[in-house]
Amino acid sequence: MRTIQFREAICEAMSEEMRRDESIFLMGEEVAEYNGAYKASKGMLDEFGPKRVIDTPIAELGFAGIAIGSAMNGNRPIVEYMTFNFSLVGIDQIINNAAKIRQMSGGQFNCPIVFRGPTASAGQLGATHSQAFENWYANTPGLKVIVPSTPYDAKGLLKAAIRDDDPVIFMESEQMYGDKGEVPEGEYVLPIGVAEIKREGTDVTIVSFGKIIKEAFKAAEILEKENISVEIVDLRTVRPMDHDTILKSVKKTNRLVILEEAWPFASVASEITYQVQEQAFDFLDAPIQRITTADTPAAYSPVLLEEWLPNANDVVKAVKSVMYVK
Amino acid sequence: MKEITKETYLKWYKDMLFWRKFEDKLAAVYIQQKVRGFLHLYNGQEAVLAGALHAMDLTKDKMITAYRNHVQPIGMGVDPKRVMAELYGKETGTSHGMGGSMHIFSKEHRFYGGHGIVGGQIPLGAGIAFADKYKGSDAVTLTCFGDGAARQGSLHETFNMAMLWKLPVVFVVENNGYAMGTSVKRTANHEDIWKLGLGYDMPSKPVDGMNPVKVAEAMYEAIEHARKDGPYFLEVKTYRYRGHSMSDAQSYRTKDEVAEYKKIDPITQVLDVIKKENYATDDEIKAINKEVKDKVDECEKFAEESPYPNKQLLYDVVYEQEDYPFLKHRL
Repeated sequence: MRTIQFREAICEAMSEEMRRDESIFLMGEEVAEYNGAYKASKGMLDEFGPKRVIDTPIAELGFAGIAIGSAMNGNRPIVEYMTFNFSLVGIDQIINNAAKIRQMSGGQFNCPIVFRGPTASAGQLGATHSQAFENWYANTPGLKVIVPSTPYDAKGLLKAAIRDDDPVIFMESEQMYGDKGEVPEGEYVLPIGVAEIKREGTDVTIVSFGKIIKEAFKAAEILEKENISVEIVDLRTVRPMDHDTILKSVKKTNRLVILEEAWPFASVASEITYQVQEQAFDFLDAPIQRITTADTPAAYSPVLLEEWLPNANDVVKAVKSVMYVK
Repeated sequence: MKEITKETYLKWYKDMLFWRKFEDKLAAVYIQQKVRGFLHLYNGQEAVLAGALHAMDLTKDKMITAYRNHVQPIGMGVDPKRVMAELYGKETGTSHGMGGSMHIFSKEHRFYGGHGIVGGQIPLGAGIAFADKYKGSDAVTLTCFGDGAARQGSLHETFNMAMLWKLPVVFVVENNGYAMGTSVKRTANHEDIWKLGLGYDMPSKPVDGMNPVKVAEAMYEAIEHARKDGPYFLEVKTYRYRGHSMSDAQSYRTKDEVAEYKKIDPITQVLDVIKKENYATDDEIKAINKEVKDKVDECEKFAEESPYPNKQLLYDVVYEQEDYPFLKHRL
């Protein structure tokens, strides 16, 4: 199978869908003439022209609202945020309008729109550029939240997000755009709300999603040498969450570690923990462990950033703790 | 613009009186606790809507506004019984009781809400216009908001992009003098809100909002400009007689000030022309008054007698996806 970069998978998904459906456009800062801040829309202006690949001024609230209004009147916009850190300037439009219009209008208006861009940390960028708001968005009824970890998932899920008739938050990573992975030629769409077991194992389940899942794979390799068999569940979609796949895995391994690149308080990990204790209490042989970022803003210094960010050693330690081994 | 005739004046009188009495009825049933939540009434501002509707092409033009929004959808063709029922929280309401006072919508009549966050609807209005331009339609979107919303960043971001992309949108600030209890004077360094458009090179001007003829003429010019050449900004100077919402003690203004505005009441202005021009006899006017009262009573009866929505409805329209797996919230 051919291998392409994550950014190319994103670009293919958007381009294929735009060829199929005239009502789709891409809007955001630097998406057109600059070819995307991270080159995820490379070549799209040339193919689709300025009517459908639209550079905006730096006005995240304004263009989010304009895109939502256009969705109420027949368009299917894709809005790129250069990072979801900047989405906070426009979050009122996402939470109060995109997520609510359908219910408030009694189902008269819908809002088929995708907000996409990178989430979480990406090196030494300091506090304002190193945040993950998956749980913020996933907390809101009316939205769906997708966070892929591979080029294959990114392409199939972005196509599904664009075709979905509800508003979707689609989160990528600056540090994944260069990642390569196998992506078949030809069209495929992956279902929203379905997790995938990315590595089968028998002793411990690790649930994770997005870029940070790589640390789980590294940890699994280390642990395998110590005869600990790790199963890794990639959530892929945070909302709606595929509880069945998590529960099935936990009922098999009886031990759960959750790895998430976000602050611990009321995190996605907290939600998973609640669900598992409620639905699989008797299957657990150890308390659930979660690994998150430190409960502080990110810091710039490499030493402090390393202290802040979860890594494979943290995962190894957590797995050993739920296994009661040293 | 369509000529302003005897029929126009009679329609204006009937419509504006109906809107006024409809709002009065809501105030009355609110005190009886049949309508709850916040209630923002349009009394005093009727000429803005009457003039706008006269100038719009109601076969295609669209409207979006803030939370003082009960009578605009009625003006655009929505059955007032359904608006009243929405405020009662009933199944027969425009949103089946899920929107309430601040969130009236009608896709059929191109009324895009009904928005509760001050200024949040301004970019939506430009977005609706964006979609029309994208599709090649020549419809125009009237994007209405209050003087309070003019101080939001959303206005400036939207004005900038609407001009950049020449969107077919008319921005209408209904300046009724007060953002809740804060006068326009106390929110900015100058009081001419229409001048905010000039920084974006947007054609902008003030209009007397107590007179439907003046509003209609200005709206027509603005709408037809928007249809061909892009955004236009009107500051319609109007006045609300009632408080911001029902809980407003109105300590920020004097009774004399309200009385002054009532001297130039838009409905009285229309009625004066009708009488002066002999467009209707006293008996005919009385008949209109009775018809209006009966229609309002009919709305109340309909809302009273309508059933509440089925509880399952809560889960039925959040998502387009039919089987969305909501988390359970109680045993």
